[in-house]
Amino acid sequence: MLTKRIIPCLDIKDGRTVKGTNFLELRDAGDPVELAMRYCEEGADELVFLDITATTEKRKTLAGLVRKIATHINIPFTVGGGINNVEDVRLLLDNGADKISVNTSAVRRPELINELSLQFGSQCVVLAIDAKRIDGSWKVVTHGGRTPTLLSATDWAKEAAKRGAGEILLTSMENDGTKNGFALDITGEISRSVSIPVIASGGAGSLQHFADVFIKAQADAALAASIFHFREIPIAELKRYLQEQQIPVRI
Amino acid sequence: MKTVIIKYNAGNIQSVLFALERIGVQATVTDDPALIRAADKVIFPGVGEASTAMHYLRGRELDKLIISLQQPVLGICLGMQLLCAYSAENNTHCLGVFNNVEVHRFRNEGTPFKVPQTGWNSIQQLKGPLFNQVDEQAFCYFVHSYYAELNDCTVACADYIHPYSAALQHNNFYGVQFHPEKSATAGEQILKNFLSL
Repeated sequence: MLTKRIIPCLDIKDGRTVKGTNFLELRDAGDPVELAMRYCEEGADELVFLDITATTEKRKTLAGLVRKIATHINIPFTVGGGINNVEDVRLLLDNGADKISVNTSAVRRPELINELSLQFGSQCVVLAIDAKRIDGSWKVVTHGGRTPTLLSATDWAKEAAKRGAGEILLTSMENDGTKNGFALDITGEISRSVSIPVIASGGAGSLQHFADVFIKAQADAALAASIFHFREIPIAELKRYLQEQQIPVRI
Repeated sequence: MKTVIIKYNAGNIQSVLFALERIGVQATVTDDPALIRAADKVIFPGVGEASTAMHYLRGRELDKLIISLQQPVLGICLGMQLLCAYSAENNTHCLGVFNNVEVHRFRNEGTPFKVPQTGWNSIQQLKGPLFNQVDEQAFCYFVHSYYAELNDCTVACADYIHPYSAALQHNNFYGVQFHPEKSATAGEQILKNFLSL
């Protein structure tokens, strides 16, 4: 049976892993390669590396770091942050990334999704959506959450799927860093609206939150950062708990 | 031992190279027929679309070369599907090593299943040398919208919407639908098993 995936996310700044609350107040959480290897051993199903400063500072994700990660880990990993075109993606894939994620650049120019899926295949194109509830409806926000748009998160997810995205990584900016649980409503709505997998992100703080997002919001995977970095929830314990709740996981 | 990865237009082969490197094997990526023929082991990877890949292979006569190989050949993902007789993906006639085996699209209408299947699924009813020291129900990483039906060549099954072939074998030809290069220790064992055939 296909299992639900647990995905630690490593936010990278200047080659180090950091995690902030609501994308601000960064706290150092260590060496990304070391952390990545630890997660592999603990049973993570996949990893996501986001260069969180890339968009703002127009800096490319370091290909060298990607290469180092690829030579050490044996599970799939996604790299995102500041990807604007086919050449950016080629550099990351050549250095061993399995998938890439695009966010702001795809909102600015949706054809990017078509170009990337045509060139490299849908399986390696993850569309990251940062969503925020604005006047009662979930809208896409860009530039790490700083720029609101008029785009409906659900409509954007559907369009991205049509254009060839292979997965949706949905982060609720309301919930991110709060540890109050995932945004179940928008996650469920998007998961039911598209036939590609949805990775839920933002707000994980307890074991129960993961069970909720899988059962109540039909997420295919759940992503979190600080609770894994600081071992507040060990991945092995989380998976045992989910198994007890009859949720299929890889153990 | 010389291991080659067949170079063609179907996707990212870097992951395979890195996986081999992690188990201490240096492979050559090539489309040179002489190098491919002379190799001890041939890996035929691939992601992407079946008809485009077959068109490319035929244009370079790699199709004839592949089916004539005598050494162990491992098709991965699309590579496995191209070794079958036919793929419903754009109505494509494939290499036919796995004779009579057809590849169809997962039908998820009216089900909660998503297509492509993306993630870790267990493999079972494991047969043959590829799965030495691999546990029944081992988890492997899959990403695919098309599947090979169960058939006489099936040496591992998986279940998504319905049972299907997770791996095939016919003589010196092996194929896996999952990505051993991304399937943690189970995948590494499978790659090691192939390389020690």
